[in-house]
Amino acid sequence: MNTEILLSISGLHKAFGGLIAVNQMQFDVHQGEILGLLGPNGSGKTTVMNLISGALQSNDGKVVISGKDITNLPAHKISHSGIARTFQLVRVLPDLDCVENIEAGLAYRTKPLWGDAAHAAALELLDRIGLSKQAHIPAGDLTYIDQKRLELGRALALQPKLLLLDEWLAGLNPSELQDGIALVRKLKNEGLTIIMVEHVMDAIRSLCDRCVVMNAGAKIADGTPDEVLSDPEVVRAYLGDSHA
Amino acid sequence: MSMLKPDFIKPVGLGAVIFAALAFMPTLVDSYYMSLAISVVSFAILATAWSMFSGPTRYISLATVVFFGIGAYTVAVLGEVLPFPLVLVCAGLAGTVIALLVGFSTLRLAGVYFVIFTFGLTELVRQVVSWYEVNVTREMGRYVFLDITQNDIYWQLLALFAVLLVTGFILGRSRLGFALRIIGEDETVAKHCGIDVTRVKVALFVLSALFMTLTGAIMAPRWTYIDPVIAFNPMLSFQVVIMALLGGPRRLLGPLLGVIPLTLLFEVLTASFPNHFSILLGCVFMVIVYLLPGGVVGLYEKYRAPKKRVLATDQNAEPGGNAA
Repeated sequence: MNTEILLSISGLHKAFGGLIAVNQMQFDVHQGEILGLLGPNGSGKTTVMNLISGALQSNDGKVVISGKDITNLPAHKISHSGIARTFQLVRVLPDLDCVENIEAGLAYRTKPLWGDAAHAAALELLDRIGLSKQAHIPAGDLTYIDQKRLELGRALALQPKLLLLDEWLAGLNPSELQDGIALVRKLKNEGLTIIMVEHVMDAIRSLCDRCVVMNAGAKIADGTPDEVLSDPEVVRAYLGDSHA
Repeated sequence: MSMLKPDFIKPVGLGAVIFAALAFMPTLVDSYYMSLAISVVSFAILATAWSMFSGPTRYISLATVVFFGIGAYTVAVLGEVLPFPLVLVCAGLAGTVIALLVGFSTLRLAGVYFVIFTFGLTELVRQVVSWYEVNVTREMGRYVFLDITQNDIYWQLLALFAVLLVTGFILGRSRLGFALRIIGEDETVAKHCGIDVTRVKVALFVLSALFMTLTGAIMAPRWTYIDPVIAFNPMLSFQVVIMALLGGPRRLLGPLLGVIPLTLLFEVLTASFPNHFSILLGCVFMVIVYLLPGGVVGLYEKYRAPKKRVLATDQNAEPGGNAA
């Protein structure tokens, strides 16, 4: 595996009032790998994603991408530094059609596209994510899986170095899940680095090179999927003491 | 930019012909109708400028009269000191500075907080101007005696409206305008797409305020006497909102469809029921919000394409461009 570090997180801390959502998180993401961010509900995974993408401001700690400190920058600047994301609850632009949804990702990135060039690039990207037939349908009228595809398409339009997928595979039926896994693998093969928050074990085992497991805001394991899933600490976090 | 394409030349050419024709109106009708025409065009500018910002972002601003009043007051103060074009420049600068201050301090507010703030701002500015006039200049109320005829006012407004429409037309095809639409759809997504949300909102707020300020400045000579109560009358802000909502604030020409019938209606109401104007205005407001949530434009779009939008109509049933 390529060992060059793309993203490095250290001492990351976030409290909401008295609740410590993320506590001294620390991990690295290597160039070209898929990192799974696992943990029981409420363990702080989405908060970590929000801290990385700039949706939330951290109380302490550091986020560094390609050697550049992006801690607590506003979200649009973090986007310009090469990080794109999807949301746990899918967020498309409902009244805009699919082409415009993709153009939203193209028009304000570091090397923006606009006008005819953006239109052509959007159609090409829609084709790549399997939505070319829905190009002129308002995003709000799409099915759930298609909205998820579209949201991914918008993230890809930003040409990110690092893609954050927050439960992107959740809520899909078995055949859609296989399509989804294939799509993510294709992105990895194209060289994209990905952090995915995921509960779907099939997806984690088949996609992730490495997993970081969180519980109650802190990291409790870091290793290959097989290693972390058999770690007693991880089993205890998910299933309680009697199973460890 | 698609500046030289037919889809640009055609509407702009057509608009130019219509505006050229409208410019001859003073030779055709008497002064009563000219005064009505001035009302229509001034409200058309205010409602279109309001919609340029509030339509896509769905931020309901009640600060229209703040900028209108600043424009009018600038003319009252500087009208006899400087040549009129220079006065307009000063008014524009004053409006821009205030809009920048207001924009940067309030556009982080969302929904009802923004509405209340803009409403409070009207009162604040009115009180500050009153205080200044009472304590510093020691004369409440000013006379505006300028050598500007009713027809001059009409032509200036018409020119300003033309500039506004061209600006709006270009904006609708620009990255800035698209950014504003994305912000209106989902501000969080907009940020993660790399849009500097605050800057875009402030830019559009200032642009919209600039046109409102200039309208106030152009209209000032019509009054001959102004004081803070006349210049900063909050009723104007409500009238503009209601007109824009009736027409449909999400389309460039939408507000115009609300301005024409409502200006005529207000004219009848003030003439026939001068003492009940406010309550009738309130009733009109409620009827519009309940019966025509998407405005006249929304009605037309629903009727034109009933099939395509069936799925989305439920989500769109909120009052057109609502506050939250």
